[in-house]
Amino acid sequence: MKTVSNDSVYDVIIIGGGATGAGTARDCALRGLKVLLIERHDIATGATGRNHGLLHSGARYAVTDRESAEECIKENMILKKIARHCVEKTDGFFLTLPEDDLGYQKTFIEACRAAGIEAEAVDPKEALIAEPSANPTITGAVRVPDGSVDPFRLTSANIIDAKLHGAHILVYSEVTDFIFDNDRVVGVKVRDHVSGEETNRYGNIIVNAAGIWGAGIVRKAGISINMFPAKGSLLIFGHRVNNVVLNRCRKPANADILVPGDTICVIGTTSDRVPYDTIDDMRVTPEEVDLLLSEGMKLAPSLEHTRIIRAYAGVRPLVAMDDDPSGRNISRGIVLLDHETRDGVKGLISITGGKLMTYRLMAEMATDLVCAKLGVSAKCVTATEPLPGSRNDSPEEISDRMSSVYANPMRSSAGRHGDMAKSISHDTEYDLSLVCECEDVSLGEVEYAIENLDVHNLVDLRRRTRVGMGTCQGELCACRAAGLLAKAHGCASKAVADLRNFMNERWKGMYPVSWGETLRENEYTLWVYAGVCGMNRKSEDKPEAKSECKSKGKSVKKEGNHEI
Amino acid sequence: MNVQTNNVSENNFEQCIKCTICTVYCPVVPVNPLYPGPKQAGPDGERLRLKKGVFFDEALKYCLNCKRCEVVCPSGVRVGDIIQSARLKYSKHKPSIRDMILASTDLVGSTATKMAPIVNPVVSSKPAKALMDGILKIDHRRTFPAYASETFEHWFRKKAAPLQSAFAKQVGYFHGCYVNYNYPKLGQDFVKIMNAVGYGVSLVDKEKCCGVALISNGMKKTAKKHAAHNTAAIAGLLGRCEAVLSTSSTCTLTIRDEYPHLLGTDNSAIRDGVLLAVKFLYSLVDRGEIRLVFRKDFSMTAAYHAPCHLEKLGWSIFSIGLLKMIPGLKLTVLDSNCCGIAGTYGFKKENYEVSQSIGQPLFEQIRSLSPDVVATDCETCKWQIEMSTGFKVMNPVSILAEALDVEATVEENKKAGR
Repeated sequence: MKTVSNDSVYDVIIIGGGATGAGTARDCALRGLKVLLIERHDIATGATGRNHGLLHSGARYAVTDRESAEECIKENMILKKIARHCVEKTDGFFLTLPEDDLGYQKTFIEACRAAGIEAEAVDPKEALIAEPSANPTITGAVRVPDGSVDPFRLTSANIIDAKLHGAHILVYSEVTDFIFDNDRVVGVKVRDHVSGEETNRYGNIIVNAAGIWGAGIVRKAGISINMFPAKGSLLIFGHRVNNVVLNRCRKPANADILVPGDTICVIGTTSDRVPYDTIDDMRVTPEEVDLLLSEGMKLAPSLEHTRIIRAYAGVRPLVAMDDDPSGRNISRGIVLLDHETRDGVKGLISITGGKLMTYRLMAEMATDLVCAKLGVSAKCVTATEPLPGSRNDSPEEISDRMSSVYANPMRSSAGRHGDMAKSISHDTEYDLSLVCECEDVSLGEVEYAIENLDVHNLVDLRRRTRVGMGTCQGELCACRAAGLLAKAHGCASKAVADLRNFMNERWKGMYPVSWGETLRENEYTLWVYAGVCGMNRKSEDKPEAKSECKSKGKSVKKEGNHEI
Repeated sequence: MNVQTNNVSENNFEQCIKCTICTVYCPVVPVNPLYPGPKQAGPDGERLRLKKGVFFDEALKYCLNCKRCEVVCPSGVRVGDIIQSARLKYSKHKPSIRDMILASTDLVGSTATKMAPIVNPVVSSKPAKALMDGILKIDHRRTFPAYASETFEHWFRKKAAPLQSAFAKQVGYFHGCYVNYNYPKLGQDFVKIMNAVGYGVSLVDKEKCCGVALISNGMKKTAKKHAAHNTAAIAGLLGRCEAVLSTSSTCTLTIRDEYPHLLGTDNSAIRDGVLLAVKFLYSLVDRGEIRLVFRKDFSMTAAYHAPCHLEKLGWSIFSIGLLKMIPGLKLTVLDSNCCGIAGTYGFKKENYEVSQSIGQPLFEQIRSLSPDVVATDCETCKWQIEMSTGFKVMNPVSILAEALDVEATVEENKKAGR
């Protein structure tokens, strides 16, 4: 093992590249700290990218959890300002169905208002005009300021800003152990998943922001956090059925939120406790698919006939209170643990619990504690400082200016990258040609992402651009994108292996819903890749796949570690 | 659980598996780089438009609505309908005076026929063409169809109507604007054949233009009025007729399919009763209900062009089948190609070049065959082919009428008690 010689001690090392970790990296960097973030996979791969993408108004928690509701509406209003290109102000309806108690509506509205959430009863007829997909038998509707948020864009924007302020980000790198100096954690041992190389990294404070995986992380320091992994499954439909978020006006239950997000809509979720040792392999079961569909159809009956393109599941990092080892009193609130006072381990804190909606607040709380420990007095500015992409014109303003032919790919990329889209080259027919036809991702945008957004493989590219997220699930775009990655990285065999992984990863999500058109399309995809591209052969059979490419391309960065 | 047994919503685009066959067969794609092609304009674009209407691309106006994308789609996606519906729903482009003139076939036709002796030479004169080109943006290279001096309806009322009640069997006739204002001869040929095989003919009460030009020029409201009127009038006629026939493939397609798909007009009561005359005739012959006797001295070489909308209906085999019954006719079936005119599309100055480029392969094949006539079931194909190749174009019904030995046919059908 070697110690990376050129970097001295970081002020703070953050473990985990989800929204919370990225937000903490940004907050710390903005306060002038020297930051290193370490992520096992790519950014936003855990629970951050595996939820509804709902920009909660807080209404869902108003009756049962006032504190969460208040946090949500505050963060909701903040994100609508600082992350305009990541959110969409759709509004939401809380619908009362004939089987629900209409009396709950009054309790609900009062609880919302008490938490500072605008909630207004709407005549069911008017609600149906505003959102024609809603169940026509509704007996009541309440309008709240829900919206949708793209967690990939949000996390990426935080990473970009952290880097702009000097943070170092290591992806595909896993913390394998802590380095102690007596009772103080002074660093971490890191394994690079690509090169296999191991290094030591030193920091004054280590922040565990690894979500559900955080329990496993601190165990390496001999610390126990009582976490209860709760699996939540969701279904993605092929297009938008609704343009307003639909919820049930009752106590939170299974499959009672339908969120329109970009070109698709998502129904979810289920909620089931799962053993901690299964959290790396979440699969959606047929029973969950049935439940999501049958409940979802009550919100929007047309879901019965709408093509489902994917199923996926995430794991909520639920934390039991320290005085409640059985987990009966589980909190969905934010949990900030100072392991010095709690466990006698200096230099280590954990920020966990919470939800995507409150990532910024969690980051602020963690950073406040880091600063207190380091004696830094800088104040948090993330509630007012817009993220990169939302600093100048809004996607709508950019889009309104476009009237030329071929404007659609430019509109789409403005929607995805906000004001950063001006760096995307759309000057030539080549730049404007489409890589991903479902999601309107141009070649210019893919090249921009590869060049600027730390794309190591096709899955990374998907999170940055939506390549492969449409109805064809990579059928036509994946091979084109693989070609561009091969060109950028100067290695075709790596790109072929990457393409194979990508298509298998797509299939994993299609498998639980593989019937009808989704199955037909997958069969066609198989023809394209196995038949036309000859990818049905095992890689061992192909001599060229054995030869590892050396770093020929410009984008193979810094041998040995995956700093981005 | 019994959900999602049919996971295809009314949107219809969800069956698309992106195979791209539609774009390969689109006649516009190879000649107009500004057109995104049917897959992107249709199912792909629709997903984006459902996200936000701002994703409507005005380039969708380059779609010919030829429906060849729908014919080739192996997944049954109504690609052309998706594109036309999107244009009607989202386009901010208001129909210009030119578009309104081109689309208002009824109004223009009824005025022009009254003054045909003046209108025809004027419209075909160079100064008038230059004026229309400059002011209205109707391309000066385009030849306008001549207007008849007497409408078909007028002729029918005076000459044919009194004789029709003598026939035991009856059919209705949706003549369309072209027969009424430009070429009554085709309607007369139709009546001649039907009468010869023992059918009386009735017209649709106060028939209005089917509306195809109104739809393609974005005038949905007027089109819906026409659709409502025609649907009711045809329903009335079907009460006493075996079918309502048309000699225009486009009128037939519009009434049968565009009414419900694009205008939301419920035509379920009449749809199956609206047929192209050739299909009806062919079926009668096929079932042995009528016989056609042809002139022994008839001799002709013909090249048959299947109009796009007839291919969409799947009925070009009936035109070809009927023509093949004529002993003196040497028939060549042309390759499947779009002629490029697409109704009013090719008249517009901005589309002229594209329109002619699309038709090029068809024109070349016709020239190489050099037939006596080109046969086709569509009036605008006729204009386009006549203007672009100089060859004479006839509707299969007119060829049939010309080849028919009327007296022998009448005798044969009477004798057989048919």
